[in-house]
Amino acid sequence: MNPILSIAKRELRASFTSVTAYIVIALFLLIAGGLFWLEIFNAASTELSMRTFFTRAPFFLAFFAPAISMGLLAEEQRSKTLELLMTLPVTDTQVVVGKFLAALTLLAIVLGATLPYPISLASIGDLDWGPIIGGYVGLLFLGAAYLSVGVLVSSLTRDQMVAILVSFFCCFLLNTFGELASHTDGTVAQVLRFISTSGHFENVSRGVIDTRDLLYYLTIVLLSLSGASIVLSRRRW
Amino acid sequence: MSKAETTIEVRDLTKYYGDFQALRGISFDVHRGEIVGFLGPNGAGKSTTMKILTCYMAATTGTAKVMNIDVTTDSIAVRARIGYLPESVPLYDQMVVFDYLDHLAELRGVPSSKREAAVTHAVEVCGLGPVVAKKIDELSKGYRQRVGLAQALVHSPDVLILDEPTSGLDPNQIVDIRELIRSIGKEKTVLLSTHILQEIEVLCDRVILINGGTVVADGNFDELYAAYPAAERNLEKLFRLLTASTGAPKAVAPKAAAPADAGKYLPPESSAAPSTESSES
Repeated sequence: MNPILSIAKRELRASFTSVTAYIVIALFLLIAGGLFWLEIFNAASTELSMRTFFTRAPFFLAFFAPAISMGLLAEEQRSKTLELLMTLPVTDTQVVVGKFLAALTLLAIVLGATLPYPISLASIGDLDWGPIIGGYVGLLFLGAAYLSVGVLVSSLTRDQMVAILVSFFCCFLLNTFGELASHTDGTVAQVLRFISTSGHFENVSRGVIDTRDLLYYLTIVLLSLSGASIVLSRRRW
Repeated sequence: MSKAETTIEVRDLTKYYGDFQALRGISFDVHRGEIVGFLGPNGAGKSTTMKILTCYMAATTGTAKVMNIDVTTDSIAVRARIGYLPESVPLYDQMVVFDYLDHLAELRGVPSSKREAAVTHAVEVCGLGPVVAKKIDELSKGYRQRVGLAQALVHSPDVLILDEPTSGLDPNQIVDIRELIRSIGKEKTVLLSTHILQEIEVLCDRVILINGGTVVADGNFDELYAAYPAAERNLEKLFRLLTASTGAPKAVAPKAAAPADAGKYLPPESSAAPSTESSES
């Protein structure tokens, strides 16, 4: 098997043998469920949609993605297994990508666990699946961007606490840049709005999958993972 | 011996950690079929040299080749030919022993058709049979050490680099592991570091003694004792003669030279740090 998959498989299995994965899933479901019910029982709402869920979810992802990614490389450094990993015939990029894929799979599982919401909605009425599918795709890409930032931060420290706090800070900043700059229209504001993840998510959550938005997320993933890979290599050379 | 293939070639290695110079030009060769003991006080540069050979870190200057492949230009190829047991045994505590070895065999490029046989063999030679289905964090210190050794040889590498492979083992286990290393050393190359001088005497064909980042002696026992008659054919005296009295750089001297050496000859104390764990097995 490809070393990337082998590393991803080990990491994923490790998160399910420890409690982390379960806590992350349970917490996310609790909050997502809360959002979902609020919307359903909102007397003012007359249409069948998951708009509230998809507008709030990015903010919660900024919390949850760091919880998933915090240990990826930090724990390897703390337990000294990084020394082993780095002396195996495996490139640093393969290590980083394998870790990232494990985290992304866990996130996909978490998001997949919320699928009963739209399914139950569809059973009581005529649900427009377009925005729902778009929303899920968008959440996955957004989550991938946050996770990659988390991988980068995790490569820089051996302390999981530092990793989660710093990546939380970064993701939160990425999420709120746009709003902070929303009342002005200077170049800086425009740049900030472009860098921010929230603006790119708006379209997606309305069911419009724009390749520019996806490219934006992929760019963040690519930059962060390259960064993490460079951090590992710098340790070596 | 000189006809044998050179498997490790180290030339003028230097390594700086910031301002501190850990290696001051180390050179040596190791050949196939040799078990070489890498000896020296704490901080002499043993682990650093091993880390350079295993491509964990780069030397500041100088070259190192394993199986005639340069560690900087083709590090992946070097890593594929090496089995490495670092000083702090790298284990995933949450994994079952078999899965851990299987995972590492896979990452070390053992094809899936041969993997089970390779893992079973490593389990057998390292005496891991009774714990193969246990989680690693349930294992005693001795078993953990042996799991670490098993991952280093699961892919039957050409070169085995072992940083203190017998630390934390009881006398029976030590004898077993020595037997194992000896049998591997017949066809492969083994470079091992240890603080147990007696181990070097019974196990190694050759000794490379380093101190303060330089090689102070290199040869088989007869050569070394002939060169240093003052040692009176005693490795401990030779060690003291070459490492305690002279030349230790300031940065090493206070913490390594005198106090650490004094304890080193008493095996129970030499593994003082991990011994807190060893009782719960």
